[in-house]
Amino acid sequence: MSQSFDEITAQLKRRHRKSARLKWMSMGALILAATFLVVFIGDMLVKGLPAFQQAQIQVEVSYTEQSMQIPPAAVSDEARSLVSRGYLRLIPGRMRDNPELMGTTRMEWVLADSEVDQYLKGHYTRLSESHKRAVDRLKEAGRAELKFNTRFFTSGDSKMPELAGIASAAVGTVLTLIVTMAVCFPIGVMTAVYLEEFAPDNRLTQIIEININNLAAVPSILFGLLGLAIYINFFGVPRSTPLVGGLTLALMTLPVIIIATRTALRSVPDTIRQAAFGVGCSRWQVVRDHVLPLSLPGIMTGSIIGLAQAMGETAPLIIIGMVAFIPDVSTSFSNAATVMPAQIFTWAGEPERAFTEKTAGGILVLLAVLISLNACAVWMRKKFERRW
Amino acid sequence: MQTNQIFLLFCGVLLALGLAAFFMARAKATRTRASGTAMYAQPDQYAWFSVLITAGPAVLVSAVGAFAMLLLGAEIPTLYLLASSLAIAAIGLLLGLKQVRPDFHARQAIERVIQGILAAAAMVSIITTLGILLSIVFEAVRFFQMQSFWEFITGTIWNPGASFLAAAGRGDEAGSAAQFGSVPLFVGTFIITLIAMMVAIPVGLFSAIYMAEFAPDRIRTLAKPVLEVLAGIPTVVYGFFAAITVAPIVVDIAGVLGLDASYSNALAPGLVMGIMIIPFISSLSDDVITAVPDSMRQGSLALGMTKAETIKSVVLPASLPGIISASLLAVSRALGETMIVVMAAGMRPNLTANPLEDMTTVTVRIVAALTGDQEFESAETLSAFALGLVLFVVTLALNMVSVIMIRRFREKYRSNNL
Repeated sequence: MSQSFDEITAQLKRRHRKSARLKWMSMGALILAATFLVVFIGDMLVKGLPAFQQAQIQVEVSYTEQSMQIPPAAVSDEARSLVSRGYLRLIPGRMRDNPELMGTTRMEWVLADSEVDQYLKGHYTRLSESHKRAVDRLKEAGRAELKFNTRFFTSGDSKMPELAGIASAAVGTVLTLIVTMAVCFPIGVMTAVYLEEFAPDNRLTQIIEININNLAAVPSILFGLLGLAIYINFFGVPRSTPLVGGLTLALMTLPVIIIATRTALRSVPDTIRQAAFGVGCSRWQVVRDHVLPLSLPGIMTGSIIGLAQAMGETAPLIIIGMVAFIPDVSTSFSNAATVMPAQIFTWAGEPERAFTEKTAGGILVLLAVLISLNACAVWMRKKFERRW
Repeated sequence: MQTNQIFLLFCGVLLALGLAAFFMARAKATRTRASGTAMYAQPDQYAWFSVLITAGPAVLVSAVGAFAMLLLGAEIPTLYLLASSLAIAAIGLLLGLKQVRPDFHARQAIERVIQGILAAAAMVSIITTLGILLSIVFEAVRFFQMQSFWEFITGTIWNPGASFLAAAGRGDEAGSAAQFGSVPLFVGTFIITLIAMMVAIPVGLFSAIYMAEFAPDRIRTLAKPVLEVLAGIPTVVYGFFAAITVAPIVVDIAGVLGLDASYSNALAPGLVMGIMIIPFISSLSDDVITAVPDSMRQGSLALGMTKAETIKSVVLPASLPGIISASLLAVSRALGETMIVVMAAGMRPNLTANPLEDMTTVTVRIVAALTGDQEFESAETLSAFALGLVLFVVTLALNMVSVIMIRRFREKYRSNNL
């Protein structure tokens, strides 16, 4: 059956159209993925940026004997329900620290209640109409405004949204990651050096290799079960502490570091090793003096990526109790602590609208840290990458 | 004296002994060499060997002792333990100094010790896997002693409600007996995973095709990091996004269509999990597609096939094992994903196939069982380990299959960069 020239041309056109369609479809998929990212980050910014501002109002605070006993008495009746209750509670302590305050009455900028804060930001609030009018009056007089929220970065968790901050979670994260890196960096690098440079090619080595790949794919929550059953129940490591959290995350990060280090070691050309063996170095001397220094940038890059991964991990830490309520910054490895993702998780469970904002604010801080860590890793890879 | 004072003292003395070993051994070796005798190793190597033999056994003994005290509850006074370690260190010092002889291969001895240390480090990963397996299996067995295994696998009602009363010895007071039928959990997990895959596989695969076959280099170098950012976002953040942003949108859309959706519907976490998994599929598939040899493409194009036909009938079939392997890894990721479902999916075990209803997953129940105020011995707490065991076995099997598939691909095309 022969086809005419025209038929073949038409067929060809169809086939090329199909080709173009595949191209546009696949491009569309990529654009869709990028759109997800943009929508996601935009959503977080819209929700989280207001958290960096906090409403303050200017009221008369009278420091008297009475306000020492009953702190709410320090401000006028009208202002009382607009001022943060948590802030009022701090007044007696401040008076004790600064005795010269006693008996004076001052105009001060004080922290507003979170409902006032939400109202000033234009969100839904539970403020009554009369309170709303009072806030409007204050605003017109220039006595109520949104100021930069330093407390968010300097204080720990609180049940009152206007007082809550991420400082204790940030410190907890740092402590936990110190433990993690102290354990998994040396072990990971040593394992990788052993597998790449020393290990004989036998059954045991193969088992270790398969095992590491499997470990990398084990769901993170199972590491939490391990931490609970072995560290806490068996060894008696105290619950909720950076110590047990760090140890759990260390096992989770171990495969990442091993795999990254092995890639880095493999990229060092064999000629370097042969030259070193040629002048009479022993195996360990070759590794210590030549292979490790040359692959160090790659190892560091891999470790930073592993660190970033550990930093964002939440599930295993929930299992071992690191979602505790930590109002004070603690710098001990064996005190209860929380980490930033866990703090985000806790806040996400709070019903108040103001906490949603805090959650998104915490997410923005976490994302900023993670993105700068990853950017740092990419920069290092670019700067120290060597082509042999 | 307090324990940490004793410990500090121990460290100090050990450090001093180590330094003494180093300098004395080096001095002795230098002297021997200066007297004209040829030696197998350098003075520094003798010195390091002495340090290793001084400190190594001592640290080992004290570590084993501490381990025994902690684990087996052996009553060894700390003072005696550390003192005996120091005695061993002193013996090691003498031995080390004695070994500074011209015919002793100090460098090889160091080499052996270091290789041993490195091999021990490599064993940590094996111990970790064993630890996970043992801890889960051990507790799961305790669970199955309380509850029947068959009921766990086939039961359709998950109601741990009153199990804490049974643990407190008041089991018969409870109104309803605890039931641990895990089918609703598995179904929930399966449906959420299915939704995630329906998002991730098409988007990820087509992105990979675009990046590998169509995209100019500039877009490729730009798109890869963008997708990696998607992979680097913490899951708790995705969970918040799913619960606060996506779930209400799903409810609104369902409302417009006249459907009734729950605020903790399965669709929202599924969709967001799909977004999270896109980069896994796209980057692995991209690697596999670029690893298909160019000669195959050239052969196909030479026969007059269009680009789309080449991709569809040559490149994709060739890279299929790799793509399947990537998808299996992604499925195992989705099954074990915790935070998104904990924050956005429901808590109520619900046996349904309607993604607009709330349903719960294996990981959600694990978290719920272990964060409650239950006693550790209660059946509910232990059920977490039984669920964990199932999760471990399933993900392990998926990974194994995935590894075998990718190995087959690699051998077929002799590609080493996978």
